[in-house]
Amino acid sequence: MRHRFDRRDFLKMAGVGGVVFASSLRGAQGATAMAGQKYDDFYFVQLSDSHWGFEGPPNPDAKGTLKKAVAAVNSLNEPPDFIVFTGDLTHTTDDPKERRRRLAQFKEIVSELKVKNIHFMPGEHDASLDSGEAFTEFFGKTRYTFDHKGVHFIALDNVSDPRASLGDEQLQWLAADLKRQPKDANIVVLTHRPLFDLYPQWDWATRDGAKAIDLLLPMEHVTVFYGHIHQEHHKMTGHIAHHAAKGLMFPLPAPGSQPQRNPLPWDATQPYKGLGFRDVEAELSDADFKLTELPVQKG
Amino acid sequence: MHVTRRRVTLALGGLLLGAGTIGLRAAEPKERVIKIVARRFTYTPDKLTLKKGVPVVLELTTADVLMGFSAPDFQTRADIIPGKVARVRLVPDKIGTFMFLCDIFCGSGHENMNGTITVTA
Repeated sequence: MRHRFDRRDFLKMAGVGGVVFASSLRGAQGATAMAGQKYDDFYFVQLSDSHWGFEGPPNPDAKGTLKKAVAAVNSLNEPPDFIVFTGDLTHTTDDPKERRRRLAQFKEIVSELKVKNIHFMPGEHDASLDSGEAFTEFFGKTRYTFDHKGVHFIALDNVSDPRASLGDEQLQWLAADLKRQPKDANIVVLTHRPLFDLYPQWDWATRDGAKAIDLLLPMEHVTVFYGHIHQEHHKMTGHIAHHAAKGLMFPLPAPGSQPQRNPLPWDATQPYKGLGFRDVEAELSDADFKLTELPVQKG
Repeated sequence: MHVTRRRVTLALGGLLLGAGTIGLRAAEPKERVIKIVARRFTYTPDKLTLKKGVPVVLELTTADVLMGFSAPDFQTRADIIPGKVARVRLVPDKIGTFMFLCDIFCGSGHENMNGTITVTA
């Protein structure tokens, strides 16, 4: 097993201007050796943490930011093959009716996206108070798999259990799914919370995430995209790359950089600073994912 | 016959082990117990001051819903189930101020439900 970049290369590149090249895709040469499967370059967009329903000083344009992000995605030169939304679509509320109202409003806003192939996932704000019941009414299953042009995507639910656990049953489901894939399959895992202990002091972890990583480690090409922490972050666990996305409501501080994880204040001189979305290009000729961070609003 | 003798031996061993445990417990100094009440979205008290190397027992209860208590820097956590007392032993093995938090999502104020443990020399 050979990976295009080692850990040192990865870390060096991770800090460069919001553009990261991550390892973990099996290249075209290897891909063509697989009979009966078609491989092709493609790209998708990751949106995360829109927290629809939040109101407060960290975002004076709370009702406009998601709409701007939808417009920004619609204005991309080439439409993405699909869009993934990695959780916290809405901001939490203790009122089940209000939760559904927010989910309905969110759904209406994102219906303006020109690309209709969208994979939604819940965050703890959407799902932890009712075990994902309301989310499921609007968007269907909280965990699932799909395949796209030679890449196997696995959406894991580490939020419907308020304990931030995947649970043994879901881990068995993951193990069974991985068993059906060849060891050199291209695997992309989508989650809301990080699977590794990023900063448990701020609840930035999945209680049994290490078990999922153990199941994924024997697979040769695995990349994880997640949300939850409202900032770009890159980490390797063994040969598995984990990429956190920016949010669309308020940025959060770097892990442990201040006593509390309170949102970073709005900067009127640089509105929407720290917010954005991500374009992920699967370039099989280079055997890499290419990540590009894009702002909510240009300028 | 052989089985019976083995059972007797095991039983005697258990008695001896039990006696040894009782003896050890009697020799240990009594650990300070700190009662903490969790309710949405606070802990009372939310500031603990401990001495390095002096373990304490936390008795945790919740006044409303299921809560968590997690002090990651001390690898200590517990579920706080309504109607039950959760007891955890915490060993303050380092000096400084450390966060504890609710790690079971409990509602709209969950993300600010935390407190601090200050460990002095």
